[in-house]
Amino acid sequence: MSLDSKIPEGALADKWTNHKFNLKLVNPANKRKYDIIVVGTGLAGASAAASFGELGYNVKAFCYQDSARRAHSIAAQGGINAAKNYKNDGDSVFRLFYDTIKGGDYRSREANVYRLAEVSNAIIDQCVAQGVPFARDYGGLLDNRSFGGAQVSRTFYAKGQTGQQLLLGAYSALSRQIKSGKVKLYTRNEMLDLVLVDGKARGIITRNLITGKIERHSAHSVVLGTGGYGNVFFLSTNAMGCNGTAIWRAYKKGAQFGNPCFTQIHPTCIPVHGTQQSKLTLMSESLRNDGRVWVPKTVETAQKLQKGQIKPTDIAEEDRDYYLERIYPSFGNLVPRDVASRNAKNMCDAGKGVNETGLAVFLDFKTAIARDGEDAIRAKYGNLFQMYEKITDDNPYKTPMMIYPAIHYTMGGLWVDYNLMTTIPGLYAIGECNFSDHGGNRLGASALMQGLADGYFVIPYTIGDYLAKTPYDKVPTSHPAFDEAEQVVTGRINTLLNSKGDKTPDEYHKELGLIMWEYCGMARNAEGLTKAKGMIQKLRKEFWEGVKLIGVNEEMNMTLEKALRVADFLELGELMVDDAFARTESCGGHFREESQTEEGEALRKDDEFAFVSSWEYQGEGKPAKLNKEELVFENVKLTQRSYK
Amino acid sequence: MSSNHKGLNFTLKVWRQKNAQAKGEFKEYPVSNVSPDSSFLEMLDIMNEDLLHKGEDPVYFDHDCREGICGMCSLFINGRPHGPGEEITVCQLHMREFNSQDGGTITIEPWRAAAFPVIKDLVVDRGAFDRIQQAGGYVSINTGGVPDANAIPISKEVADKAMDAATCIGCGACVAACKNASAMLFVSAKVSQFSLLPQGQAEKKRRVLAMVDQMDTEGFGACTNTGACEAECPKGISLENIARMNRDYLAASLSQEH
Repeated sequence: MSLDSKIPEGALADKWTNHKFNLKLVNPANKRKYDIIVVGTGLAGASAAASFGELGYNVKAFCYQDSARRAHSIAAQGGINAAKNYKNDGDSVFRLFYDTIKGGDYRSREANVYRLAEVSNAIIDQCVAQGVPFARDYGGLLDNRSFGGAQVSRTFYAKGQTGQQLLLGAYSALSRQIKSGKVKLYTRNEMLDLVLVDGKARGIITRNLITGKIERHSAHSVVLGTGGYGNVFFLSTNAMGCNGTAIWRAYKKGAQFGNPCFTQIHPTCIPVHGTQQSKLTLMSESLRNDGRVWVPKTVETAQKLQKGQIKPTDIAEEDRDYYLERIYPSFGNLVPRDVASRNAKNMCDAGKGVNETGLAVFLDFKTAIARDGEDAIRAKYGNLFQMYEKITDDNPYKTPMMIYPAIHYTMGGLWVDYNLMTTIPGLYAIGECNFSDHGGNRLGASALMQGLADGYFVIPYTIGDYLAKTPYDKVPTSHPAFDEAEQVVTGRINTLLNSKGDKTPDEYHKELGLIMWEYCGMARNAEGLTKAKGMIQKLRKEFWEGVKLIGVNEEMNMTLEKALRVADFLELGELMVDDAFARTESCGGHFREESQTEEGEALRKDDEFAFVSSWEYQGEGKPAKLNKEELVFENVKLTQRSYK
Repeated sequence: MSSNHKGLNFTLKVWRQKNAQAKGEFKEYPVSNVSPDSSFLEMLDIMNEDLLHKGEDPVYFDHDCREGICGMCSLFINGRPHGPGEEITVCQLHMREFNSQDGGTITIEPWRAAAFPVIKDLVVDRGAFDRIQQAGGYVSINTGGVPDANAIPISKEVADKAMDAATCIGCGACVAACKNASAMLFVSAKVSQFSLLPQGQAEKKRRVLAMVDQMDTEGFGACTNTGACEAECPKGISLENIARMNRDYLAASLSQEH
C-alpha cells in the first residue's frame, strides 16, 4: 500500500492555513446527520469529543475508566509548551518547531510539527478561557518556566499537576456537551474491535466491563485517542489499565503502524524495589534543573553502598563521579532524556549502581540546598520531594534521591496522514496513539501540547472534510460486518475463558515485560532482538495454551480484561522488536548498539533511515510488511545532535 | 529503599459482594511475605494472584494510575478512607505503615454511601460526581475564538486559591469520611474554582444552584460542618470552599437574575 501523507503544498508557515481553507465544510444543519465515535477520553479524546459536540455532530465517547476524568493524561506533571514568547526571550513558532524536530532526532514530519507549534498558542488561550488555573506571576499574567533543557521559557504549568488541570478542563468541556445531549459517554466500556464496511471504519465492538455485554456501535467515522502502549513492558509509568488493544485491533484491520520501536525512556523515575512492583513512578524532569547526578567513582564503593555498609553521605566529594557534568560539560545534568537515560544504564552496567539492586543513580540536591537554602528548594519541588519520601521512606533533603530510567511514552503508534487519518478511510488516530509529531524522542512538555492540538484544533477541521464527502446513510448494527466482528470478539473471549492453564495473565505479562526491557529497552542489538522475537513467539503460544482464567463473561471479570490486553501486547511486542531490528541506526529513544560513534554516542544514518517505518498487517502468522514514508526536510538542516 | 526487611504477613478482612443486588459479607484471607516497600494495592495484587491460583474469584477494587492523582482508588481501610496517613491515596500507602501490626488484621471496605452504590466487592459507582459536574461545572465557551490568555489578568493569590480548589481528584473520600455521606467538599471545590476566577463569573449563580440541586438529587446527605471530609481529603481541600459555596448559594438564591 502506498503512503500518501497529504502534506499540503506551499511554504511551511502557510500550509495549515491554506489546507484549512481547502478542506470541505459540512453545512451546520447537516452536522447533526453525522455520528462520530471517539475511543478514549484523555487530553486528545476528551478535547476532540467536546469539540465535535460543540460543532453539532452526534458523538459517542468511550472509556474503560469509571469517569472520563481519570484518563492517564491526568498524571502528567511538568507542563505544556507554547510559542507565546511572553518572556521576550526569543521564542517563536519556528523555534518551537525547530527544537521539536531536532529533539525528535529528525524522524518526524516537518509539516505536522510546524502545525503543532503554530496551534500551541491557541491551546493556552483556550485552556485559560475554560478556567484552567495556570501559574501566574504577581502582575496577574501567566508564568512560564524553562523545561527539559529548553533554552527558552515556554512551558506553562499548574504546579506539578499540569496534566490534571488540562484534562479537567477538557473534561469540563466534555461534561457540558454530555449535559447538552450532543455527547453520550460510555464509561467502563472497552473497544475490542473495529468494524469496517466497504473498507471504511463504520463502527466498533465494545465490552461493557460491568455486565460483560458485547455491544455494537455504528458511526460515520471512528476516532481513536487511546494513549500509548508502554505497558507492553509491564513496568512503566503508565496507568495500570493503559493498553494497546484498540490500536492493535485497528492494525489487524488494515491501519498501518508507524515507528513501533520508538519508546521514550524517562531518566528520572523512582527505581524498582523488588519483584512485587506493579508500577513505576516518574519524578518531574524539572528536578534536573537543580539536582546533580552522580555515582561513586569506584565499583568497590558502589558495592559497599549496595550492601548497605555505607551511606551515600559517607562518600567524599572527590570520590563522586558527576558523570553527566564530566561527559557533557555544556549541558551537564540537563542533557536530553535519551542521553541521560543511556548514561545511567552505562554506569549501572559498569557496576556503579547505587541501589540494593545495583540499578539506580543519585540525583543530589546538596549543592542546590547549600546555594539557595532548603526553603527555596522546598518551594520549587516540595510536592515531588514529599511524593518521593512517601514511596521510598527516604528524605531527599537529607540524602540524595535515587533515580533510574523507566518506560514512559511511546512515540510510535498508528500511521496517520496530515489529516490524522490512518490508512483505513474514516479511522483517525490522535494524541499518543498516533506516530506523528515526536520522531525518535519526545521533548518535555510536548505530549500535552500534542494531545490538545489534535483534539481541539486539528481533527475538528479535518474530519469535516471526510464527512462532507460521506453519505448520511447510517450503517445498521445488524449489518453482516458487525456480526462478523462480534463473532471474532466472542470467539476470543470464549477461547480464553475455556483455557485451563495454570499461569495468570499477569505472570505472562511480567515475562513479556522482562523480555522487552532486556532486549528492546534502552539499548538493542541484532542478536538480542532475534532472541527476543523467538522468546515472544514461544510465550504467546504458551499463553494461548495455558493462561489461567476464572469466571464468566457476563459479569465484571478483571482477569478476562487483563488476558485480552496481554494477548494483544504479546503480538504488539513482536512488531516492536521487528521494527527495532530493521532500523540499524541509533535514533532518539532507539539506541542500536551496532550504530554508535567512537565516543559511544548514538549514530544516526540519515542516508538510509530518514523515513517513517510503517508496518502493514499481512495476515495471521505472516511477517508484517514494511512500507516507508520518506521524510523530506526543506526547512531544517539535519545535524548530529551533540551536547558536549 | 530499603533494606533487608523480612516479608510481612497479614490477615485481610475484606468486604465481598457479588453485585449491587447481592448481600455482602466480610471474608478473611491471609497474605504472606509482603515487602514493606510494596504499596497497599500491590499487596492486594499478591492476594488476588493467590486467589486466582486457587481458582477463587479475585477481590475487585478500583485503581489505575497508582501515582495518587487519578482518584480511582477508593478503599476504606481500618475505618479510614485511603487508610492511615495524611493527604494520601491508597496507591501511595505502603505496607511499612503496617509494620508494627505484623500478623494483625486489616479491614477493607468499600466507600459506604447511598449515592455510591456497590458494583462489586470494593468497587462503587461514583457516577453521581460526574452528573454533578455535568449540571454546570464548566465555563460555557466553545473551542476557538477566545481572547489571548494574558488578556485576562488574574492575581497570583486568586489563581493559587483556584488551583488549590481545582486540585480535587474526585475520589469520594470526603463522602466516605462523612457521617452523613455529604458531598459538600467535592461540590464546593468545583464551585470555588470557577467562582474565584473571572472566567467563571457569567454563570456563577446558575452554576452553584444547578450543582447543589444535582447534589441533593443524587441523595448525598447534609453538611454539619464536622470537618471529617477535610481531615481525610488526600489533596487537603479546605473547608473554606464549603463556606464560599454556601455564600454563593445564598446570594444566588436571593438574586432574581440567574
